[in-house]
Amino acid sequence: MEKKEVKPLSKIRSGEKARLVTIVAGRGLNNKLASMGLVSDVEIAVVSNSHPGPFVINVKGSKVMLGRGMANKIMVSSCGNEKVKSGSGRQS
Amino acid sequence: MKKLKAALAGNPNSGKTTIFNLLTGSHQHVGNYPGVTVEEKYGVCRYGDYEITFVDLPGTYSLTAYSEEELITRNYIINEKPDVVVDIIDASGIERNLYLSMQLMDLDIPLVLVFNMSDIAEQRGLVFNIEQLSVLFEAKIVKMVGNKGKGKQELLEAVIETSGIPGKSRIHKMKYGDEIENELEKIEKAVLTEEPALCQIYQARWLSIKLLEQDDEITKKVQSSKVNTIVESSVNHLKSIFRESPEIIMAGRRYGYISGACQETIKTTAELSHNYSDMIDAVVTHRILGLPIFLVLMYLTFFLTFKLGSYPMSWLEHLFGWAGENISGFWEPGSNNWLKSLLVDGIIGGVGGVIVFLPNILILFMMIAFLEDSGYMARAAFIMDRIMHKIGLHGKSFIPMLIGFGCSVPAIMATRILENKRNRLATIMVIPLMSCGAKLTIYALIIPAFFEPYFYGPMMWLIYLIGIILAVICIKLLRLTIFKGETVPFVMELPPYRLPTFKSIAIHMWQRGWMYLKKAGTIILAASIILWFAMSYPKPDTSSEQGKLEYSAIGRLGKVIEPAIKPLGFDWKIGTALIGATAAKELFVSQMAIAYSVSDPELAGMTLREKLSANYTPLTGFCIMLFCLIYAPCIATIVMTKQETNSWRWAMFQFFGLTALAYIITFIVYQMGSLIFN
Repeated sequence: MEKKEVKPLSKIRSGEKARLVTIVAGRGLNNKLASMGLVSDVEIAVVSNSHPGPFVINVKGSKVMLGRGMANKIMVSSCGNEKVKSGSGRQS
Repeated sequence: MKKLKAALAGNPNSGKTTIFNLLTGSHQHVGNYPGVTVEEKYGVCRYGDYEITFVDLPGTYSLTAYSEEELITRNYIINEKPDVVVDIIDASGIERNLYLSMQLMDLDIPLVLVFNMSDIAEQRGLVFNIEQLSVLFEAKIVKMVGNKGKGKQELLEAVIETSGIPGKSRIHKMKYGDEIENELEKIEKAVLTEEPALCQIYQARWLSIKLLEQDDEITKKVQSSKVNTIVESSVNHLKSIFRESPEIIMAGRRYGYISGACQETIKTTAELSHNYSDMIDAVVTHRILGLPIFLVLMYLTFFLTFKLGSYPMSWLEHLFGWAGENISGFWEPGSNNWLKSLLVDGIIGGVGGVIVFLPNILILFMMIAFLEDSGYMARAAFIMDRIMHKIGLHGKSFIPMLIGFGCSVPAIMATRILENKRNRLATIMVIPLMSCGAKLTIYALIIPAFFEPYFYGPMMWLIYLIGIILAVICIKLLRLTIFKGETVPFVMELPPYRLPTFKSIAIHMWQRGWMYLKKAGTIILAASIILWFAMSYPKPDTSSEQGKLEYSAIGRLGKVIEPAIKPLGFDWKIGTALIGATAAKELFVSQMAIAYSVSDPELAGMTLREKLSANYTPLTGFCIMLFCLIYAPCIATIVMTKQETNSWRWAMFQFFGLTALAYIITFIVYQMGSLIFN
């Protein structure tokens, strides 16, 4: 939590975690993402971010794939290099 | 016998359909919800004294008004008032899954929660305090393992018990926090006094929640300007406090409630850092290996559907041929009896033409069910998405389009894997541009007739390529005009890999096969008989086949349209064959054969190919292929389009649109070609 700077999710590397700050998108997309667990403050683990390739995240225990454009709209604050936990994804 | 109605709700990939199959077995009915392309499924389960009708609602993540599925789900629950709603939850991803449960709770309905795949959750080290969870969510909770058939009885008991509890409102309502609750209260008061009619259908609290979320459907229903003003000021007020729209804040609050509840009641005993799904994904979604693996799997699907399917297909063809011969046997050889002709050429030919596709359809849907149930389809969509997105389609559209190279009928049925309606319609419209197996017989006749052997391959390749390019252009145009709208942003869950059960694949195959036979079969049969009639009547005195064709309704029609097709380089014989080929494309070949069967002394002893090359130029030959590639799809395809889009409008649009396109393109090619070659 050293860094508090806000950056797009697409800048987070594979294996890193980030905390969602806001989503810069219209209402429909915002709602769709919210229903899949992407709401403020949720912890997102980036499973795979290889360019050009699938952008896969783990949020609340389920794997979700995003288009790269979408990953640019999701603003996060980095929470360092902790190892990605899979499974339930809940913070203990 | 007491009757109960229960609805199954749940996230996509929560194993909802597996549980539905477990409960209802093969006693299922599949249809479409009126006016939409979403599938409606229900089935009956008898248990003790009860007859419970289960409805399998579409899989959704939430209950907003942004998608057809979500609207259907919530309107079904509100309007049909099932005795119990069963929410199927994937226990290994419980927090995300409970989000839908929270919205179902907002609806204040009798609810049963199923923690499905609880064995996988336990393997991952999750321990649930079911009793406490049951109190927090005010619903019976049943642990199940759907694919192993565990927990069926417990679920049925819970459904019966819950249905017996007289309607009461929940004690623990989801509270959205003081600021939001204050606004909700204001709106609720206004709604109760200003919109009494709406409050009869919906609960006032739910209405207020939806109004504050600026839900499109509910907002449209509100007439009172007073309510609208209050909602507007509430929304603005909350926006000024939170700097975000109320719906997003409320979504966050729901997750907050879930996290809190889970923290207290779920213990994690082990932490698995990797599981087998991650390992499979590392290979199949690999940036270099992903595409080849996908192409191999698609090739396998295509190969099995049309190669393996060709064996039972030829058995069926033989069977119908045998039946036709036997029935002809009742009449003297060469008899012209109309009943014989109707039975053999019209009915047996028509029914046979429909049923021979059945093996293809069964195998294809077995493959699709396997790819979908195993979880691979989501990955395939992702791999193809980068390419398909460029033409404005979803990654999954690739699959039906590929199948279109075999036959348009199963391809159109396969568009059911597309969730988005616009994508689905756009894909259906262009599927006929993929050269199907029947069109191949036309190319196989024409190409050797007009071109040198070393051009065979390139010619075939060229005509297939033209089809693909036209499909891409048409989709682009359609997406810019009638199917306008933002390309659905790509967000998709990657469900964990699972081994599909034999039962679910069998049920899936059976349903698709039956649907094909029942719905398409009847109409295709009727259309085939009409076409047979038009080709055989009225009958002239002459006994020559060509004379009969020329005298028949279709032959006359061919003559009528001759002036119109002259600029394309076609004469009435080609015109007649083209009209006849709408029954089935391969008929073009036999129609041409009949049209040229006359014993013209100059043409005697020549094969059909030789006759064609003697009568037409290679340019005309090419134009025939071009026109056959593009113009009106066959009857079976038109009927399928009608079935799948639920409207004759789209079927007619496809029919006339493609014919017009064929005319324009062939016209240009023929006229330009004539200028160059003469």
